Amino acid sequence: MVEIFQILLSESFWAASLRIATPLIFGVLGALICEKSGVLNLGIEGIFVAGAMSGWMAVWLGAGLWGGVLVAALAGGFFGLIHAILTVPLGLSQHVSGLGVTLFATSVSYFSYRTALPNVSSPPRIEPFRPLEIPILSELPFIGAVFSQQTAMTWLALFMVGLVWYVMNRTGLGVAIKAVGDNPNSVDAQGLSVYGLRIGAIVAGSALMALGGAFLTMSAFDAFFFGMVNGRGWICIALVIFASWKPGKALLGALLFGAFDALQVRMQTEVGAIIPSQVFLAAPYILSIVALVIAARRAEYPRALLTPWFKGQR
Amino acid sequence: MIRIEPRNANSAIFSYGVPILSAFIALILASIPLWFAGAPVLISYVEMAKGVFGSKFAFSEMLTRATPLMFTGLAAALAFRAKLWNIGAEGQLYLGAMAAAAIGTGLIEAPAFILLPLIIAFGCAAGSVGMVVPALLKTRYGADEVVTTLLLNFIIIIFLQYMLEGPLKDPMGLGWPQSSPILDQGMLPPLMERMRVHSGLVIAIVCALIAQFMLARSVWGFKLRAVGENVFAARHAGIKVNRTILSAALISGALAGMAGVSEVAGLKGYLTSDLSPGFGYVGIIVAMLAGLSPIGVVISALFIASVFVGADSMSRAMGVSSYLADLVVSTSLLCVLIGGFFSRFKMVRTSLKGQN
Repeated sequence: MVEIFQILLSESFWAASLRIATPLIFGVLGALICEKSGVLNLGIEGIFVAGAMSGWMAVWLGAGLWGGVLVAALAGGFFGLIHAILTVPLGLSQHVSGLGVTLFATSVSYFSYRTALPNVSSPPRIEPFRPLEIPILSELPFIGAVFSQQTAMTWLALFMVGLVWYVMNRTGLGVAIKAVGDNPNSVDAQGLSVYGLRIGAIVAGSALMALGGAFLTMSAFDAFFFGMVNGRGWICIALVIFASWKPGKALLGALLFGAFDALQVRMQTEVGAIIPSQVFLAAPYILSIVALVIAARRAEYPRALLTPWFKGQR
Repeated sequence: MIRIEPRNANSAIFSYGVPILSAFIALILASIPLWFAGAPVLISYVEMAKGVFGSKFAFSEMLTRATPLMFTGLAAALAFRAKLWNIGAEGQLYLGAMAAAAIGTGLIEAPAFILLPLIIAFGCAAGSVGMVVPALLKTRYGADEVVTTLLLNFIIIIFLQYMLEGPLKDPMGLGWPQSSPILDQGMLPPLMERMRVHSGLVIAIVCALIAQFMLARSVWGFKLRAVGENVFAARHAGIKVNRTILSAALISGALAGMAGVSEVAGLKGYLTSDLSPGFGYVGIIVAMLAGLSPIGVVISALFIASVFVGADSMSRAMGVSSYLADLVVSTSLLCVLIGGFFSRFKMVRTSLKGQN
């Protein structure tokens, strides 16, 4: 027990928690925007892969780090648009379309990677984002040490939490997105475009998801590996229900998850001899299922989630 | 103005034409990545065809690859018919494979006519457990089965790694994480001499025939379809919805588990952690391409296996990444989805004037 407290009080633990949480923050926010507009986006796992691959590839080709971020967001938006066209005007099954987009985005990414680099066993490395020193903040005790280890992408993720909260709760656009996910007919009656709002929300949400992938190759690591996303997208889909579609709670959920993951890595070195390491490896996935089961009962899904809407058909 | 209207009747031309056309379009679209990769497009297609139809061996390899896809395709098709989104066939496949390895590697010494049915029974049961748990979490707690089955895939594969490093590890395996070999009498007999295609294929086709009959003709099949098409109407008609969903989960999981049994006790002869290159996920595409019809699953599994085996052999000959196969297969899913839309709806040009 003493060891746990020592871990919980260490700066490196909290810095790691925030780092692990960053891709999830992007992913949960992206999923939240899509689902608030009434469309489940199971393309998330593939969009993570596409963001990770395209962002990294752009930097490797000389686009610069922020150029890479932009390319990743555009790639995410592109695959989001495919999902949007299939599910909004065509009204197809959101489950199947999303899985199709995941498989498509993953295979496009893997194929492009292998075609660009046919014969490499270890992928070339890029110069990733460096930790950002914030003048006054980094001098604070404890907090300073936690935050001065973070890169600009983590700050971008935290900024996005605020931005998404502001747009969803304080602007007309946010009201319209929420309304289109609850009662599209009322939005249509207002003379607003249901299709436009939903497609826009899915594309924007997917662009955000892709940044979560880009964080993996451009900040957490410095190269692209097959299978590196490893279910993070699916975890985000569970977390968004846990967060009851609220940006603040999404941040909290991602941080809790990051803290748990950071804790299990450190516990592994402490008690690794007694408990098989696989228990710790499986823990994040088990935790996600537990969180989902707890949250599912009282979850208030957007009322029109999964329901397609056709113009002129009531 | 263009308006979308449902078609009155589902014509046979659409229900058979759309999947075939989609598969065809996906194959043609593959010329784009081929061209990107700098390969001569036409020769690549010829190489792909040779990789499937070029020899008796090539064709038998395609049948070998199609076998697990038929099982996972059936697993997805039956569950999806009940609107139970089983995305966990990959994990259930490994549960079946682990059960087969646990029973078949010497735990029970028995002649083939006892051992083989035992291996199959335990493999199917293990797969069932893997789907019944998320189905119960859905019916009891309302936890979305998409997310739980997806996450269970990861948990089961980690569990598999534990089993292969511990209880199931081959003591003679020179440290490789793999199980001991399945006893000879526990292996599904091969179908052709010197070929890898095995009697798992026959079992898969029989399963498809039974599933087709049950779905179309039995009371259970009717209940399953009713729950899938309109859960409120089904409940109103007195169908026990949760029980029907659980029965679909049981059978779907068993079929996915059987895919693992057939790979371990039919093809490989031992269990490794890379037994399945995503058969569970591809099964979803197989099912969708088949329009969720069990007999259709057999045909679409043959098509998708051809793409994989053909692209593998083409990529060796032309130096194009074999991820091309995944690209073709996922494109065909997107095409069949769009095609499915046009078979169910039609675009009607409406004029604003003269509407009475």
